[in-house]
This record gives sequence, structure tokens and C-alpha cells, in this order.
Amino acid sequence: MSDGGGAPPAGTAPGTPAGTDPGPVGGAPPTENARALARARRRAALLRSWRALLREPGGVTGLAILAFFVVVALLAPVVFPAETLEVTRTTQPKLSGPYAGYPFGTDRYGISVLALVAWGARISLLVGISATIISMLLGTLVGISSGHFRNVLGAVLERLTDWFLVIPFLPLVIVLATVLGSNIVNVIVVIGLTSWPATARLVRAQTLSIEARPYVERSRALGAGEWHLMTRHVLPNVMPLVLANTTLTVAVAIASETTLSFLGLGDPFAVSWGKILDDAFSAGAITAGAWWYLIPPGVCVVLVVLAFTLLGRALENVLDPRRRSA
Amino acid sequence: MARYALRRAGTAAGTAVFVLVVNFFLFRLLPGDPIALITRGRNMDAAQVRLLRSELNRPVWEQFLTYLRNPFSTGVDSVKYSRPVWDLIGERVGPTVLLVGTATLVATAVGLWIGIRAGWQPGGRFDRGSTGVTLLLYAMPEFWLGMLLLIALGTGVGPLPAVFPVGGLSSPGVDSSSPAGWLDVGRHLFLPALTIVLGYLAEYSLIMRASLVEEVHADYVTTARAKGLRDVEVRQRHALRNALLPTSSLVLLNIGFVISGAITVETVFSWPGLGLLTYDALRGPDIPLLQALFLLFSLSVIAVNLVADVLYGVIDPRVRT
Repeated sequence: MSDGGGAPPAGTAPGTPAGTDPGPVGGAPPTENARALARARRRAALLRSWRALLREPGGVTGLAILAFFVVVALLAPVVFPAETLEVTRTTQPKLSGPYAGYPFGTDRYGISVLALVAWGARISLLVGISATIISMLLGTLVGISSGHFRNVLGAVLERLTDWFLVIPFLPLVIVLATVLGSNIVNVIVVIGLTSWPATARLVRAQTLSIEARPYVERSRALGAGEWHLMTRHVLPNVMPLVLANTTLTVAVAIASETTLSFLGLGDPFAVSWGKILDDAFSAGAITAGAWWYLIPPGVCVVLVVLAFTLLGRALENVLDPRRRSA
Repeated sequence: MARYALRRAGTAAGTAVFVLVVNFFLFRLLPGDPIALITRGRNMDAAQVRLLRSELNRPVWEQFLTYLRNPFSTGVDSVKYSRPVWDLIGERVGPTVLLVGTATLVATAVGLWIGIRAGWQPGGRFDRGSTGVTLLLYAMPEFWLGMLLLIALGTGVGPLPAVFPVGGLSSPGVDSSSPAGWLDVGRHLFLPALTIVLGYLAEYSLIMRASLVEEVHADYVTTARAKGLRDVEVRQRHALRNALLPTSSLVLLNIGFVISGAITVETVFSWPGLGLLTYDALRGPDIPLLQALFLLFSLSVIAVNLVADVLYGVIDPRVRT
């Protein structure tokens, strides 16, 4: 960490502190003051974006659906204790349609499908979000590096991104999952390792456009190092883009987890929505006409993926100034 | 143009080499005894095992050279079918091409039509309705949509009658070369193709809409209107021609992905193509078969992408830089 003033990325114009938010420190040294100013500005910008997001109908819908599923995921163990999922403890009929106390009927072992779906929210959200974090870190790192370094490293990283973009996603995921073996950590790693190239390419393009701006040249002339340039000037400007892209990636990651589990490559002991669908499929739910076994987990996937997609589109509108007027 | 095509071919060749390397080394990372893994559940006499082991004991780079000479032959038959993997794959290509080809054509035609109608009047009633529906379809896992269609129209639930066959390529006892046989195949094709069409419709219509919206307010469109052209003429002869460029690139690039995306759909409908073969190979796991399939999928996507890139260079000379 170089500490040469902590220049606010928003330019050098002095101006008054943004809006009504007063700086928390009074008589601090000038460096401290500039930092507080930068922080206050960032907070104000964040608040502005949040308000703008709440004005987007898609954003509000997405947030509401997600809040619902987070509550479901947190409450699942309280409402449906772990014993209710045990095959040996259940006394209910197998593959039975909805009846009192079992609004979604029972699965092939006689376990409440409602309880399974509630527990599935935990795994699906966990895998989706963790895989996205890996994908975002990798994508941002590779994207910024390949845009920043105009040498062999940059060229190699760019090629690598292009290669990964071309290799068909599903076969690659299948091969990796087979090679690594199936448990929940591997599923997360596999999805994370295969979904970063799109982000990397986006970030690379943005990095190139930022590094062409005069303030980066000024910083370079003042002797800023590579690390300082990348973390202090490029990263803050890339972040909004990454953020909007993140929510879209979560949607893709959750859909991928569902597909992987359906193909039998998920963790055999973790109840995810894809796993429930796989069980239903191999238990012959289709020929048995057991719609109550198929519809709830699928609807959950659709709702969560839709919520993240809507939220991502709303964030793009909020964060991309060109779209704001449209 | 020739230089552009040559450069794209160079990139594609690089990617192909990358895939070959990945395919070779990835499967050597598998834990456990490789011989037990690739011959699982099959009787091998001691001489065969010794031969395999001596092959595996050679230096890795020598093995790699041997592999490069014929990447599709792993030297071992498929575990499940006890036949050379290449024969197995060969007889499955046809059904997949039939399914994916039909679905891509229909999805492109319908997707573009929706996108054009929605994008020409953004914010209109048709636009809002179609965007909502396509986003919903986009969020659906394809195999789930397939299962719903199957249970509703194949098995029949409640008042819904069973209209379509529940799986396979044709009914037993029907001569597939007669007109009645084609009709039979068509009936079997309907549900899986519909599933893929609905799944990819969203992507095509959304991108078509987005690129048409970009053009609606362009100066040349205003000029065309000022000349007094009718709305349809402005759309078909001016705006659409430019808006079609990004869309056609996406459609061409997507063909490769649709092939691999058919894995789950073929599984649900027991469609005897490469996707179902992949699913079978996974459940083993049948490593030699899986390795060959991964190579085939990747190389076909690279080949299709190359054709798409070059074609795109023909349509839009600006990318030939």
C-alpha cells in the first residue's frame, strides 16, 4: 500500500464536500481530511445509486424475491428440523400428492417436498453466491491485469480468456466435475473456475478505456507504481461494472448448479433444487404424473434466477450513465 | 479478407491446441488407478493389463505425442458399450444434428420476429409483454421446461390428454424411411425441439430488440423518415439491415453452444443423440467415452465459431481490421 495522499478517484477539483454529509473529523491533518472527503463522497454516491435502484421496478421486484428466499433459507432448519429430511424417520406415504400438512406432497421416500425445497434454498444460494465470488475475483484480476500490462503477460491472459470463452461451458463443467469428484466445495470451485471469462473480457475493455484517461497519466507521471494504479485508479472505476455483472453471474451460477446436480454431478448429500429434480426424474415422477414433485423446485430456480437477472439489469441501468436518460 | 480469414483460422488453431492439451492432461489428474478407472467392470486378461500399464509407464511427453497422432482413440474401448468410442459417437451425430438444426432454425426465426416487433416500438405493449415472457423463459432450466412439457403433453395430467410420445426417436415397428415414418419422427421431435426453441428464443429476441433500439433514433433513420418513406420501408430497408449484424453474429456463435446445451434436453426425452450419450457416459463414469465427447464438443464449437467469424467478416467489412 503506497500512501501518497490517497487521491480521490473522482478527479482533483476541490469543491465543497458532497451534499449535506459533513466530514466526521474536524481538525485532522489535510491527508486525513481528503480521505474523509473521499469516503463521504463515496457514501453519498452509494446512497444515490441505492435510491435510483429503488425507483427501478425490476430492481425492487428482484430485491423482494431475494429477500423472501434468504428468509426461507435462514428459517428452513427452524421450521423443518433436520430429522424431517431423514428417510428412516418418515411415516408418510411415498410419492403422494398434496394433502393436509404436506402442501407439495411427498417425494419418493415419503419426505415432504416443501421441506426439501426450503432446505434446497440454502444449498442453491450458497453455491450460487460462493461460485460467483470466485468467478468475480478471478475475472476482475485477470481482466485488470490483461488490460493493464501491455506485455507478454497481458497478451497471454487475453488469449487465455478468449480460449475459455470458446470452450463450451457445459462439457467443460462436466469434465471438471468428473475429474474433481462431487462434493459441495468442488461444485463451487468448478462453477467459479468456468464462469469468469465473460467478466474478465468486460473488465479488460473498461480497464483499457480508463487507463487512456488523463488522470491516470498524471498519476503515472507523479511516479505511481503498477499496484497503486491498478488498485487506486482502475479498480474503483471498474467496480460498478463488476457489481452489475455479479448479480447476472449469480443467476448463471445457480442455473449451472441446478444443471450439474440434475446430471448427477452435485454433492449427493446436499439437498439442492437440482438434486430434487434429479431424484424426481430418476424416480419416474414424469411417468407417474407427479407434478407436485417437479414444479416447486423448478419454480424456485426460475424465481431466484429471474430475481438476480432483474436486479442485474436494474443495476446496469442505475450505474451506466448512458442508459439513465433512456 | 484473406488475411482476416487467415488470422481467425490461426486463433482457432491455437484454441484447438489448447483444448487438446487440456483434454490430455485433465484426465491424467484423475485420482486412483487409471487402468481400473478406464476398464471398470470389464474382464481383462493379464497380458492386456500389462500392455496398458507399459503404455502408461512411458514418459508423459511420449504419451502426449502418441495421443496427438490420433486424439480420438484413447486406445481403450468405451466401458459401458465395449465398443470403440468413435463408432458409438458416429451413429449418434445424426439425431443431434436433426434436433439442434430444427430448433435453431425455428428459434432464430421466431426470436428475430419478436425482437423486431418489440424493438421497433420500445416501451409499447408488445415490447413489455414479450420482454417479460422471454425473461421468464430465459430463467428456466431447459430440462425442467422439458419435463413440464413432457408431463403435460406426453404423460397427460388431469384434463390434459397425452398427445405426444414420451421419448425416443421413433416408434417401434414403423419403417423410418416411409412418409409415415417421417411423420412419426416428427412427432417424436416436436417436444424436445420445442423445449430448445423456448429456451433460446429469449436470447435471440432480447439481442435483436437491443440492437434495433440502438438504431431507432439514429440520424439515418430520421433521414429515411424525412424522405417520406413508409414505416415498414424505414424498418426493413434501413434500420433492420444494420441491427441484424450483431444478431447474426450471436446466432452463428450460438450454434456450437446449442449442441452442448442439448445434453439435458436429450436426456429428458431419451433422444438418442450425443447428449444422451454424454449423460450415459457420466453415470458410469465412462472415462474414455467422456474424453472423446468433450473433444468432439469443443472442436465442433471451435470450427463453427471459425465459420461464424469468417462469415461475419463477409457481411460486415468493418470487423476486418
